Amino acid sequence: MEQMVNVFLMGKKYEVPSSLTIMKAMEYAGYQLIRGCGCRNGFCGACATIYRIKGDRELKVCLACQTQVQDNMYVATLPFFPLVKQVYDIEKIKPTEQIMMQLYPEIYSCIGCNACTKSCTQGLNVMQYIAYAQRGEYEKCAEESFDCVMCGVCSSRCPAGISHPQVAMLARRLTGKYLAPKSQHLEDRVKEIREGTFEELLENLMQKPIEEMQELYNHREIEK
Amino acid sequence: MYTNEMLESMKKVEAARAANASFEPRRMTAEEKDILLKTYHPDYKENEFAVLQIGPNKGDKVPTELAALLQANSRVNPAEIDLSAPDYDVDVLIIGGGGAGASAAIEADNNGAKTMIVTKLRLGDANTMMAEGGIQAADKPNDSPAIHYLDAFGGGHFAAKPELLYKLVTEAPEAIQWLNDLGVEFDKDKDGTMITTHGGGTSRKRMHAAKDYSGAEIMRTLRDEVLNREIPVVDFTAAIELILDENGKAAGAVLMNMETQEILVAKAKTVIIATGGAGRLHYQGFPTSNHYGATADGLILGYRAGAKLLYADTLQYHPTGAAYPEQIFGALVTEKVRSLGAKLINVDGEAFMHPLETRDVSAASIIRECSTNGKGVHTPGGVGVWLDTPMIELKNGEGTIEKRIPAMMRMFAKYDIDIRKEPILVYPTLHYQNGGLDITADGMTGVENLFVAGEAVGGIHGRNRLMGNSLLDIIVFGRNAGRNASEKSKSVTVGKLSLEHVNKFAAEAEAAGIHSDIVSPKLLPDYARKK
Repeated sequence: MEQMVNVFLMGKKYEVPSSLTIMKAMEYAGYQLIRGCGCRNGFCGACATIYRIKGDRELKVCLACQTQVQDNMYVATLPFFPLVKQVYDIEKIKPTEQIMMQLYPEIYSCIGCNACTKSCTQGLNVMQYIAYAQRGEYEKCAEESFDCVMCGVCSSRCPAGISHPQVAMLARRLTGKYLAPKSQHLEDRVKEIREGTFEELLENLMQKPIEEMQELYNHREIEK
Repeated sequence: MYTNEMLESMKKVEAARAANASFEPRRMTAEEKDILLKTYHPDYKENEFAVLQIGPNKGDKVPTELAALLQANSRVNPAEIDLSAPDYDVDVLIIGGGGAGASAAIEADNNGAKTMIVTKLRLGDANTMMAEGGIQAADKPNDSPAIHYLDAFGGGHFAAKPELLYKLVTEAPEAIQWLNDLGVEFDKDKDGTMITTHGGGTSRKRMHAAKDYSGAEIMRTLRDEVLNREIPVVDFTAAIELILDENGKAAGAVLMNMETQEILVAKAKTVIIATGGAGRLHYQGFPTSNHYGATADGLILGYRAGAKLLYADTLQYHPTGAAYPEQIFGALVTEKVRSLGAKLINVDGEAFMHPLETRDVSAASIIRECSTNGKGVHTPGGVGVWLDTPMIELKNGEGTIEKRIPAMMRMFAKYDIDIRKEPILVYPTLHYQNGGLDITADGMTGVENLFVAGEAVGGIHGRNRLMGNSLLDIIVFGRNAGRNASEKSKSVTVGKLSLEHVNKFAAEAEAAGIHSDIVSPKLLPDYARKK
């Protein structure tokens, strides 16, 4: 016999097997999910969820697809949160401190309550990456925020109205485009291809009979 | 909790770890691989396939579940749809908001076309977001597009369409550069050299990555760029039928709001199908690593409108889906785990195969180990083999796992499994649709003005795909479709809109004696429990 637990989905009680994730528990209860369900593997941030265990004061947060149910769990899903996403031209902006002031000035209203960090479904140090963004330290902000799935729970808890995932998104793009070192070998190869360096070699290959291609493939040298 | 059998076996894995780590298992010969695939790969299970009785691929076999959808009823009754006053009128209509759709949208927008994305979930809800391991491009001095071509062509059993594969490998470095210029953070050394590794079946280390969030990093950047360009995105809205014009050219789609079921009509000069894969059809009862929306919708839409399928009978089963714990059953364990040095180990602690054979061969080999060879490890819900993750740090030093595969570490840590110290159990999971709609190098199907990009395309990879060539193909062919569809739209005059092809398809089914009680496209899997 499966062990069962009581969960309260949006306050309504259901009895579900204890081995299920919150997402599967909702489906077990009969929900056909449309919102609040995406990759089902912890990468997309669609299933941000807030819960409280009966008798416990603390509100907890998680991704519904990555979290097992517990007995007396009160679950509220957060399938959408109105984050502020500023529009900018990545070709025109520069990785200066001013750009954050222009696009996301509210980050300077951070009161240091750390509610964002406490609420991160990925366990990231959100307040720290906002601090890096404030100081224009975009590489550090990018690294600290890298595993963000943009679920928006941090922003839902923020008294200063900061859209943390969007701030981090900007910092990562600035880092990737402007601050990370250039890859010379990549630029060289793109140039070689444009100049047609490999064309003859490839056309030659494409015309070979299958038997010859099999020979080449089966005996190709594999880099250690 | 681990069973005694699992714990006993784990001790053997640990005892043999040092020896296994330094042991290089030999690669299989071409003949061995052939026999293995024919005996154990799910693509070769004849009774799991059905022959199509109607449509452009009449007489071809496809998975039973796909055949049922391809030959099912339309969701619309053409007589009830008013095509005279479209709700949207655009140059380029893109169906699907994943990596291919977003790339296409950016390029179409670049080209000055009035572009719109419709997606049944959110922008970025796609398999792209879940791709972990990386993206291939031959950009190192010891590599070349020709070597990339040979690896992919052989890995795909010499079945890829040469003109598509040529495009894939020659435009790969530029695709990486394009992403980098958009701000994608690739793993690099201090001097800017891309950190690249092997994937199964690669002969050069050309796998570029962004930790093990490669797809997520690419997808969120593309999404941000689409939003920056203010390209309209109509989300939670599915395309449920293509619209052709009186001359049989693609001219839009019938849309349905997923939440309110409102029907809307979009008119377009060109249409791009970028709807992705089919893992959520659970072919042969396999679990899947795919996104919730991976239900082959684009194949159904295209097929009904007269577009041909290519290699729709070949699927990719990723060798390493999570087999334990049950909460993440079927979830992807990235191939990068093996690229970094973890080997596949059986119940007795033996490294039974080379860890970097191609995916189809690896999957078949694991299935053999767990069936005929009887060397699988039984879990409470199934069977699997070990993927010995602690080997990674034995080989590359402490801290490697946290730095290079943080998503994997996090996924298992949620169930108190520390992959730095304990091996994990894996078994093949349905991962990728090798086949799809047939296109020419410009991205267009046989139906004029109907383009396809991404996983919905068939023929780029042949009958098996190498790791890292899918993230690559959505970028290369997404951009390609966006450019060509927008260019084509400049000279298109749309005729009178029509759904006559839907009636015609229904009549063909009727004539063939097909009486289906299902409607398609499927849009979402049905996981709600029925009491």
